[in-house]
Amino acid sequence: MPTFLREVHMKRHNLLDIVFRNITRLSAFTVLVLLVAIMVSLIIGSLPSIKAFGFRFLTSAEWNPVTEEFGALVPIVGTLVTSAIALLISIPVSFGIALFLTELSPRWLRRPLGIAIELLAGIPSIIYGMWGLFVFAPLFAEYVQPWLIEKLGPLPIFGPLFQGIPMGIGVLTAGIILAVMVIPFIASVMRDVFEVVPTLLKESAYGLGATTWEVMWHIVLPYTKIGVAGGIMLGLGRALGETMAVTFVIGNAHELSASLLMPGNSISSALANEFNEAVGKLYTSALIELGLILFLITFIVLSLARYMLYMLTKREGSTT
Amino acid sequence: MLTLYARRRLINAIGLGISALAMLFGLLWLGWILWTLLANGLPQLSMAVLTQMTPPPNSAGGLLNAIAGSLMMTFLAALIGTPIGILAGTYLAEFGQRGWLAPTTRFINDVLLSAPSIVIGLFIYEMYVIKIGHFSGWAGALALSILVIPIVIRTTENMLRLVPNTLREAAAALGAPQWKVINLVTLRAARAGIITGVLLAVARISGETAPLLFTSLNNQFWSSDLNQPMANLPVVIFQFAMSPYQDWQSLAWAGALLITFSVLSLNIMARVLFRQKSTTY
Repeated sequence: MPTFLREVHMKRHNLLDIVFRNITRLSAFTVLVLLVAIMVSLIIGSLPSIKAFGFRFLTSAEWNPVTEEFGALVPIVGTLVTSAIALLISIPVSFGIALFLTELSPRWLRRPLGIAIELLAGIPSIIYGMWGLFVFAPLFAEYVQPWLIEKLGPLPIFGPLFQGIPMGIGVLTAGIILAVMVIPFIASVMRDVFEVVPTLLKESAYGLGATTWEVMWHIVLPYTKIGVAGGIMLGLGRALGETMAVTFVIGNAHELSASLLMPGNSISSALANEFNEAVGKLYTSALIELGLILFLITFIVLSLARYMLYMLTKREGSTT
Repeated sequence: MLTLYARRRLINAIGLGISALAMLFGLLWLGWILWTLLANGLPQLSMAVLTQMTPPPNSAGGLLNAIAGSLMMTFLAALIGTPIGILAGTYLAEFGQRGWLAPTTRFINDVLLSAPSIVIGLFIYEMYVIKIGHFSGWAGALALSILVIPIVIRTTENMLRLVPNTLREAAAALGAPQWKVINLVTLRAARAGIITGVLLAVARISGETAPLLFTSLNNQFWSSDLNQPMANLPVVIFQFAMSPYQDWQSLAWAGALLITFSVLSLNIMARVLFRQKSTTY
């Protein structure tokens, strides 16, 4: 090939290289643009509400479309309480599942069991909602709630949490269903981080005569605690934003009640139920501000989760 | 009085027993939900479900328009989201060694991966639905595509990182320019994994209800016009299940069965296609 032709050839490829690199860079940049656009559009949408209510929006439990008085306290509390119940149940269960999958299960069973748990995450949330409303809630109202009211209701401090009438739906039901939904997320992170523990460490402990439980509790957990915390935060992020399952079973009442058995509301279910029916600029705007609050809370929680998981991988890189 | 050794063994046995119970607990819910769906949905499945339109209250009908709408919007969303996802994932894996963009994108992408989908619906409502003045199939597809992008980015990057560097070096040593190395060698080597990611993304969006509520809403009639509100399976299930009408509730169960088993089979297919531990998070 004559020299000048080769140069043309090289130039063409150099140009194509630059074009290709910039197309991929632009696509990566889209992700950042998306995040900024979501933030900005939510802030713009909620401006009328922010102007009208200011900081009071966060502390007021009033939600009255007729007088156009809106406060986010009830949905915020509902979101936080249902997520807390979900974590309370799902953390120990997920730990058990991860322990079973990494240490106890026979090798041939690990993959099918792992897939089964991951399928739990694949079931659409609307299905959880339907199942919760039509199957779980009636059983819960008939067999569990009367017992809770009778045995725990009269207790001095925790009592008020369990008073009321057995309706099936309510904050507690929503929390339980959320727990089932986040178990696969927390369990699979826990399993993954448990697997990065160097075999040498575990074998040393076994060699000293430790039982499986002791190895888990004194070696594996301390070694992976940042990762485990990251997995829990990830589950929390999921629970906070979950919409359809909660909408079906929480009862959608804008009332603050001490009892977990009473209906309540969460940010996402208020949005799902009311947004399309909202009339008036202020009502819509208040709902969008709810969405903004939800986005900010989950953004912080998920960022923390990712940060913790990165910390674990970083340490992993430096020690091995 | 137990000896120390016996007590440690007892604690061990209790701990491990509880862990096995936790595993059973997890499987129990899966079994229970699937059984409920089969018991309630299977009797409702008939040819009518697949061939007739969604009915008015108290009359028989099917889910044809909803199924078609769901398929159309899911397909479009995958069509919009996949190229952006693959290109951005390529950037992160192949060009992202230096600079601030790659680490930032990776972080933001991981956050968007689990961001609440209802907020995405609100976003598209603000950006698109308000501007054109009505709900539409396009809006639904756009909202779903925003859910596709992070999943595809994540799997593409992970899969490209599994491609051994020697492969890239061999191609570069033959004189191939970088765009050729990536397009003809690395992306091709990671193809199975990337397809898995797309399948998982499709599985995820085909059950999503929340982002469609404010974007495509619903349509009782057949419509293939993407500029009109469009029926889709999840929103129809939501409306029908919450309604007091027996016919509607039966159809909701049939739809729930259809959607769950297609989502789960997509999930299983993705895992069979690529026998590598996949990420649910």
